Amino acid sequence: MNRKTLLLVLLLPLLLTLTAGLGYAVLSLPEQPQYLPKLVIDNINESGVSHPVTAVLLNFRGYDTLLELVVLLLALLAVWSLNMPAAEDKTSPNLVLDILTRLLTPVLILVTAYLLWIGAHAPGGAFQAGSVLAASGVLLLLGGYRISDKLTGLPLRIILMAGPSVFILIAVLTLLLEGQLLKYPTAQAGLLIVIIETVATISIGATLAALFLGARPIATNRATASEKNMDQGSEKDGEHK
Amino acid sequence: MNPANFFALIGIVLFSIGLLGLIINSHLLRKILAINIMGSGVFLVLVALARRTENMPADPVPHAMVITGIVVAISATALALTLMLRVASETGHATLPDEVEE
Repeated sequence: MNRKTLLLVLLLPLLLTLTAGLGYAVLSLPEQPQYLPKLVIDNINESGVSHPVTAVLLNFRGYDTLLELVVLLLALLAVWSLNMPAAEDKTSPNLVLDILTRLLTPVLILVTAYLLWIGAHAPGGAFQAGSVLAASGVLLLLGGYRISDKLTGLPLRIILMAGPSVFILIAVLTLLLEGQLLKYPTAQAGLLIVIIETVATISIGATLAALFLGARPIATNRATASEKNMDQGSEKDGEHK
Repeated sequence: MNPANFFALIGIVLFSIGLLGLIINSHLLRKILAINIMGSGVFLVLVALARRTENMPADPVPHAMVITGIVVAISATALALTLMLRVASETGHATLPDEVEE
């Protein structure tokens, strides 16, 4: 019996025990507690939206959502700091992909706006809308489209930062005016949530599409220039040796 | 067995399958996929258990937690994939060393 089979024979009983234990834990759970759902339903009129999940996400537990946006940004920073070269797509995109991209991008943007708006009273909201927006971004990237070199610097960073910044700004304002972090005044809650969600949607879409690209977008002129410099440098090194 | 428990048990099975895949595969891409399967299992458990009794509205708190979890999982996966590419470009292969070198 080689090592791999031995490992599997030892591993399977352990995993089966774990599965059985977790299954038993789920089946022996006590009755569903009524306290939290009731709390949400009772206070939903004060939250500014009528869908309970959106109310929890952006009002009752807004702090979680704020940190979630920061996690997205942190992941992008980590990806950029790894300094991988951007995958260059030298082949021209397939005709079908190209036409599909042109047809689908406006539709996806429309769906984004719909999901964003419907989130107030039905399943939907900033994250779902942001994902659809990111999907259109991924489609564009696959089709060989890249944003203009002028926009890869500060403008892109402003778009990426907008969601968390606006959220933090509103959090600080509520802290100063209401005395508690993210405690929206009841009358303005709906408006504040729509503002946060709109900006967050754009930031989430941009962040996810940038994560898909997997590298810091550098202006191509500068990139090729630095590559040329590096090539020349290495050639010179070769000559010295 | 009501549907909630059924789906929760399926979620646990998914979690275990993912854990098995995470342990026995040495290729990093397979490990990342396995972690995602484990995550999907956890999300399924949370979504299923949010509505355990039939004639009651679902508890919105676990649903909101799952949305948060999905976004964190996406960003973690993207970071893991980039790290894997970096490992591949440094060492030439995307696997962790199998044996301890002596």
